[in-house]
Amino acid sequence: MTSKNEEYDFKWCPGCGDFGVRRSLEYAVADWITQTGQSIENTVVVAGIGCSGNMVHLLEGPQPFGIHGIHGRTLPISFGIKMGRPDLNVVIVAGDGDFLSIGMEHIAPQAQRNLNVTAIIMDNAVYGLTKGQSSPTTDMGVVTPTTPYGKVEGALNPLDLYLTLGASFIASGISTKIRPLGNLMSQAMHHPGFAIVHVQSPCTTYNDNYEILKGNPKKGMAPVAWDIPAEHDPTDRAAAHRVIHSGGIPLGVIYKQENSKPLDKRMGEAWAKARTQSVEQLLDSFLFKVS
Amino acid sequence: MEKKKDFVVRFAGEGGQGMVTAGEGLAQAAAQVGYHSQTFSTFPSQIEGGPTWCQTRIAITPALSAGDELDVLVAFNHAAYEGHKGEVREGGVIVYNSEEFQLEPDGHSFGMPFEELGKSTGNPRASNMVVLGAIAHLVNWPQSYLQDFVVARFRRGRANDQEIIDSNIKALSLGEEAARASGFNLGELASPVKPKYTQVMIKGNDLLALGAVAAGVEVFVGYPISPATTILVFMERNLTGPGRFVYQASSEIESINAIVGAGFAGKKAMTSTSGPGMSLMSEGIGMAWMAEIPVVIVNVQRGGPATGLPTKTEQSDFLAALHPAHGDQALPIIAPGTVEECFYAAIAAVNWAERYQGPVILLSDQMLSERAQNVPRPDLGKVVVEKRLVYSGNNGYLRYEASTVSPMPVPGGSGSYVANASEHDPMGDTTHRPDRHVQMTERRFNKLKLLQDSTYEAKHREAPIAVMPWGGSKGSMQEAYDILMAQGQKVGWYYTMYLHPLPAKLLEELRQKELVLVPELNYLGQFGSYLRSLGVRAESITQYTGLPFKVQDLVDQVTERVRAAQGGMVRV
Repeated sequence: MTSKNEEYDFKWCPGCGDFGVRRSLEYAVADWITQTGQSIENTVVVAGIGCSGNMVHLLEGPQPFGIHGIHGRTLPISFGIKMGRPDLNVVIVAGDGDFLSIGMEHIAPQAQRNLNVTAIIMDNAVYGLTKGQSSPTTDMGVVTPTTPYGKVEGALNPLDLYLTLGASFIASGISTKIRPLGNLMSQAMHHPGFAIVHVQSPCTTYNDNYEILKGNPKKGMAPVAWDIPAEHDPTDRAAAHRVIHSGGIPLGVIYKQENSKPLDKRMGEAWAKARTQSVEQLLDSFLFKVS
Repeated sequence: MEKKKDFVVRFAGEGGQGMVTAGEGLAQAAAQVGYHSQTFSTFPSQIEGGPTWCQTRIAITPALSAGDELDVLVAFNHAAYEGHKGEVREGGVIVYNSEEFQLEPDGHSFGMPFEELGKSTGNPRASNMVVLGAIAHLVNWPQSYLQDFVVARFRRGRANDQEIIDSNIKALSLGEEAARASGFNLGELASPVKPKYTQVMIKGNDLLALGAVAAGVEVFVGYPISPATTILVFMERNLTGPGRFVYQASSEIESINAIVGAGFAGKKAMTSTSGPGMSLMSEGIGMAWMAEIPVVIVNVQRGGPATGLPTKTEQSDFLAALHPAHGDQALPIIAPGTVEECFYAAIAAVNWAERYQGPVILLSDQMLSERAQNVPRPDLGKVVVEKRLVYSGNNGYLRYEASTVSPMPVPGGSGSYVANASEHDPMGDTTHRPDRHVQMTERRFNKLKLLQDSTYEAKHREAPIAVMPWGGSKGSMQEAYDILMAQGQKVGWYYTMYLHPLPAKLLEELRQKELVLVPELNYLGQFGSYLRSLGVRAESITQYTGLPFKVQDLVDQVTERVRAAQGGMVRV
């Protein structure tokens, strides 16, 4: 949408992390256009359902194509877009509920196929749009409308999950660091394979954890989020595993598979064995002669 | 003695014993000398074992149904004999495998050792040919018919071709000798009337897939499910090359969402499934309707609900096809009635999706999917392929503004917009305004009016009572109709592949009828209830056995209903 559509009245709450993520995405798409020479219409934003998915309507400036589908299905929709049109730059925007709960079943297949898309996951550890229910990343014991006596499941570690399932590019960011986050998104778009940028994007209404993430020296609170040191080698899978399990929220590129070969390339190679026939030829293969 | 005009053989036994190979072999052999043939197979949902049978019908005119009664039952084991002997017509013959069981001479059956005779040729896989040789003798077929078939099948350019051909021909003669020794004979099958056109021997699913390729489908994503799997298999093998994509998805949820993505990206996209997969696709189909994205969903119906009867035939998904999703929607439905129509129905479904820019259901049946039949080779020169209207103007386009279909922007081109499965304004942004919901709902339904100009069959239009089959029940009803006409009954005939929306002129005609009888394989009488909702005085003739209609049952049912209706119409 352009900023002129006054009919559209959805708003993020003041202070929502998704504002920062949007700005980062705008930077990353602008960089992509500069670096590849593609037009803005060559980028497709695939939105999940939830507060974060509304980003597809809220992007400012020149408009990419968008599809705002159904809950949890950003990956299979992207699968059809990207494999139908490998020339397109496909970017997913979804939240932790959409991607990690209802949409969980789709991560493994796309990671194994190494579908060449970029997924930007905004994690606020809560279902915001439906007013504060628990999500897969909500901590054990937390009280929400659907866990009135405290959540009895542990919180999922999404980064660990992505690594286990075989994503070939995994980065972790935070919505307050707009330029660095935009940079992670750019790297993800340029990565030839399945790339996830998992973003801490707090919900100021239902789960305001800015202070926990960034720390508060006045209260003697150390930040939970920390920058991954420059010496980390993201191509080292074991090192990536150590980073993920070092506690807190690591920020930066966690894993990047070397020589990543995306699905569209693999299909092309597999089809080198195929003998493509015209419809006439195919029909002829069922032909028989009456003697 | 008058020569037989058609001939029905059922091969029954345990899965893995070669019933389908024998049945399809007989059909192919018959077609190669100019007969019309078709097979109907039914088997349990397991890899090997379980009661399986394959029925082959051979006729001198195009075979419209599988045939009601058996001229010959080939029983591979005792259970098959017990299970099927009741369907052999009076004067028919049962050929049984005497290695499995023995019967006292009863005047209509004879045994021979299938395996032993087969193995005696030196080829352990020749027992099917023993059986075919015996069958050929029963209808006085010249030896050359099956011999030519054997040569055509086994000449594959390998060193041992001749050896295999010789052993199979030997097997044919052993079967023939056994049949001759039994003394049974069914009378001569009339000589074939060789068709003047070129033919293909093909199953419904393969021809459906070919139609889709001919219509320009470039993206196909599907998940294995009986009885639709062979469409996916065909596509995996053949939908290759630049600009194309075919893939086995991780679930039907992935399939439907992937083809919606591909359709949005400008591709003609298709998936195929059966009942359970349709249920999983529900929400994704709703998205395609709402966001206005052309896709084709093939539903090869099987018995339902839930896992149901995976390998049996039923026409019980009509209402689910009409309203597969929640909310206000009514999907276009095209249903082929014959193997040949599978090709044209697929083309029409793709064309409809492109024309009205939304999802189309291509509703086939198990009995068509697995049926091998010789049909005229489709003439691609007569195929009309449609493409969606693509937007090519300036940016700032209001994609959903018009009151009916409007040019669709394609990513990479101009007119970027958000294809939205939430209710939206003309730009594609989400809205909750009542006037917008009214506007967009009406736009979506208005587009269906673009699909009302299709063709239909009509015979004896003057009759106040008519029959109107749909889908795979067409063949049985057509045969029954021919019998009713020969009996001098006054009944009209209507048929179309285009079930929703119905051709406008057809609906007009149907509304004039005093009664429209709809044979359909479901309990509810689903298509009949749909016709009634459109103001047609329709009544269903239902059957829900998992098997196709028998022709005689339809003759009886129609006769009875017509008599009852006419009795009720007597004016004092």
